[in-house]
Amino acid sequence: MYLYDDFDKQLVDERVAEFRDQVARRLSGALTEDEFKPLRLMNGVYLQLHAYMLRVAIPYGTLSSAQLRTLASVARRFDKGYGHFTTRQNLQFNWIKLEQLPAAMADLASAGLHGMQTSGNCVRNITTDHWAGVAPDEIEDPRIWAEIVRQHSTMHPEFSFLPRKFKIAITASAHDRAAIKVHDIGLRMLRNGAGETGFEVSVGGGLGRTPFLGKTIKPFLPKRDLLSYVEAILRVYNQYGRRDNIYKARIKILVHELGAEKFGRDVDAEWQKIKDGVLALDPAVVANVAARFRYPDYQDLKDSPAELTEARATDAEFAAWLGNAVANHKMPGYAIVTLSLKPEGAPPGDATAGQMDALADLAERYSFGEIRVNHEQNLTLPHVAQRDLPALWRALGAIGLATPNVGLVSDIISCPGLDYCSLANTRSIPVAQELSRRFANLGAQRGIGRLHINISGCINACGHHHVGHIGLLGVEKNGEEFFQVTLGGRSDEKAELGALLGPAVPYNEVADVVEDVVSAYIELRERPDELFLDTVKRIGVEPFKERVYATR
Amino acid sequence: MTSPLERKLKIAGPVVITANRLSDGAVVYRAASGEWTTQFTRAAVATTAPTAAELLTAANADGLIAVGAYVAPVTREPDGGLRPGNLRESIRMNGPTIALPGH
Repeated sequence: MYLYDDFDKQLVDERVAEFRDQVARRLSGALTEDEFKPLRLMNGVYLQLHAYMLRVAIPYGTLSSAQLRTLASVARRFDKGYGHFTTRQNLQFNWIKLEQLPAAMADLASAGLHGMQTSGNCVRNITTDHWAGVAPDEIEDPRIWAEIVRQHSTMHPEFSFLPRKFKIAITASAHDRAAIKVHDIGLRMLRNGAGETGFEVSVGGGLGRTPFLGKTIKPFLPKRDLLSYVEAILRVYNQYGRRDNIYKARIKILVHELGAEKFGRDVDAEWQKIKDGVLALDPAVVANVAARFRYPDYQDLKDSPAELTEARATDAEFAAWLGNAVANHKMPGYAIVTLSLKPEGAPPGDATAGQMDALADLAERYSFGEIRVNHEQNLTLPHVAQRDLPALWRALGAIGLATPNVGLVSDIISCPGLDYCSLANTRSIPVAQELSRRFANLGAQRGIGRLHINISGCINACGHHHVGHIGLLGVEKNGEEFFQVTLGGRSDEKAELGALLGPAVPYNEVADVVEDVVSAYIELRERPDELFLDTVKRIGVEPFKERVYATR
Repeated sequence: MTSPLERKLKIAGPVVITANRLSDGAVVYRAASGEWTTQFTRAAVATTAPTAAELLTAANADGLIAVGAYVAPVTREPDGGLRPGNLRESIRMNGPTIALPGH
């Protein structure tokens, strides 16, 4: 966990007081809606179809048990008893009343939580690998660097009114779990030939209306230069990014139009002016931030304790969960546990206040009081002793958080869609629910293997459909809901955008079409362990198209 | 160039004026009496563009009770009753089409 200091606390408390005053002035009529809207957006408050929505930042996806209990309490007191974990490691409340928002924000602030910079044309919540600090293949904990960028970008006056929103993601593992290639800036920690650690910097990735993968403009950036280089990128974007057309305002359009090489040269020119100034990172400052990340007091344990091996040998259900949801930890005797928020028929990413409270207790008992939010809309307990896994599994099962479908076809990423969102064209949650029912059989899911379905209810792509192995994009045609289907997308270190399968299909046929795609894959794969993505890569979408559209 | 506010309102059938209530975001409709109501059945129905424009102008002038007023299509049933004219408006009126977690 990162320990926030008095400065952070004061900043958040002052923001609550400021927002309380702004809400009072809006409700009294002293502020018009045009005046108030940018103020509420700076605090993550949107007006959706039925109510206000509050987006709460969860920096680099790390939550304490106390913070999760606070989220549960806010869900109960001010919302309808649940929250929605998003693809950017945040949490959204869907039913908050404006007149109660200051009180809700004060509660959140008491646990160091807030909605600052979860909306607006600024640097948004910095996301990172949800296994940061515990992944065995990690170079170093990327959250230290995410926190440094968070401090630099929070309320940065020069970057509070960018042409458009700006998203940064960091990974420090060879396997990219943070989807850095679809972010405005993607940072990948690596070692150079001299053994020094630094960052490969990519820019201009993003989804939405015009999807692009990020392009590398700096193959190796020394760590001391992180802030100056990020600032140089933001300055070039701030100066040249388009403000005349919202659809062309993201940095990806600028990078595409200038070309990555020219953009990189412009950044370098800007960087040369500032790289040796105040933004050059003093190792003492980095050490200070690093020191505020407190790691658990791990015990000296051995891998595969008797409690674990016995339970695995005697309980097939436990063994199935273990094989699916539990990953290796960097410390012997410990494990990383993924909690699926995708039980059969449930809205992806939603958790009730009861589940949050129960999980906060379990995290305290089994994971040193720490929980992570995954960008796949699942949760993680990052520090579980292997000997505790059987007991944890039983406890998770009791609160509906032990579905062993992580990374399988029913582990669906979905935006809220037209059931909540004022931008959406189509519903997406009911499609996810129907698919999770169709593919509910876990044995069959394991037979299909790794397969990610991503659903977006509109072109804004909050469900990241472009990088779904199967991507579903809702479009409206003459008042009816249709879905475009793409195949072969991925957001990891081999990131690719999916290819369109064919004409959009009606809402009522989407689940049938996905079933047909999966059936075609099973028929077309060379062997049972050829993954869906590998089959699509090998043969392209055409054979799938022939089978899916043959009878349509 | 004509400002969007000055452009002529075009409608293709009966419409109502809807918005979200400032205090809590609830869906509200403009009633014939000039008040906002959460009851769809009390919404004033306009069948001509000038009437709709008049209702919308009055609604926008009242920025303290409701925000984001706009013209929404409605459909008249054979029995004379009204229903929302598209899925978005239907969801706004009835709530999400899914069961809420824990409910």
